[in-house]
Amino acid sequence: MDFIDLYITFFRIGILTFGGGLTMLPLLKYELCETKKWITEEKLLDCYAIGQCTPGIIAVNTATYVGYLKRGILGGIFATLGMISPSVIIITLIAMFLQNFMEVAIIQHALMGIRGAVCALMLNTVYSLAKKSLISIVNVVICAITLLLALFTDVPTIVLIIAAGVCGVIIEKIRGGKKNEQ
Amino acid sequence: MSNKYLLFIEFFKTGLFAIGGGPATIPFLMDMAKKYPWFSMAELSDMIAISESTPGPVGLNMATYAGFKTLGTFGGIVSTLALTIPSIVIILIIARFLEGFQDNKIVKAVFAGIKPAVTALIAVAVMNIFKVSLFDISDSVITPRISSMIIAVVIFVLIQWPKTKKLHPALWFLFAALIGIIFRL
Repeated sequence: MDFIDLYITFFRIGILTFGGGLTMLPLLKYELCETKKWITEEKLLDCYAIGQCTPGIIAVNTATYVGYLKRGILGGIFATLGMISPSVIIITLIAMFLQNFMEVAIIQHALMGIRGAVCALMLNTVYSLAKKSLISIVNVVICAITLLLALFTDVPTIVLIIAAGVCGVIIEKIRGGKKNEQ
Repeated sequence: MSNKYLLFIEFFKTGLFAIGGGPATIPFLMDMAKKYPWFSMAELSDMIAISESTPGPVGLNMATYAGFKTLGTFGGIVSTLALTIPSIVIILIIARFLEGFQDNKIVKAVFAGIKPAVTALIAVAVMNIFKVSLFDISDSVITPRISSMIIAVVIFVLIQWPKTKKLHPALWFLFAALIGIIFRL
């Protein structure tokens, strides 16, 4: 039953996503953290970080990780199959029957509206992430430096994430060192 | 080698080497357009536009579309699975390793450092989504799309309200799509 639940939940997340893996975050948070309570928001953010620095589609990486946490290797596979099924079905149908999909007027109007909704949901997600992760001065500094580097330089994402992880270890060592002195 | 195997190998390679999600697969798709007679550059740009406007993660939509163009329905399934298999294997290995060290001090410290950085990276991605969703950019002239901005602000305010906070996110998409259709945005 758990496997079917994983498949259906990720199918639902996949079919309701408009845009890339990141626009999926509000849905993941709602389905996995708030409704099903399978993982915490902090854990979801960890999965996302790993999904961003490993190869492949972020949506798939996140689905595999969450599925694994819930029910091991098979869980990861079922969650991922659920995530890819809507894309395969919808795109195949559109490619077969709706070659002029982008020219249909009603779809264009609907998409204009949906774009505004995606922005609102994403802003809300960043706001709630910031409230949870920016809880110390050290965290605010790491966040600000990463933000500036990502906006104004070409440093690859993976380098930024690894550097932040190294900072985390250094800070832990300094804190540990202080404790030992006392 | 038959197209079937080539298609599988090309998308497997994409899944193995494209770091950064859906957008990172586009250069690989461009290579395929140049290397094989499967689809043209112009078809690829249509595929990207449609993939961004249909439900489902963009990277998966593009893979299914490219596979369909090459070998029909079967091709769409082959390309999407081939793209996904490297991810599943890599993530399962990492998950298994990391969950074994869940209480390890160093693993904890690494994630404590990564968390605020990921918040920043997501904020940057959101800024990019804002740029393409709330503004019309043509010939380097940028004009704000007021109607989309109003929808964004109204929904953002409504999500903060305790009574509408718990609604399923998809309901907001439905609401926004209806507004778009009614007002012919």
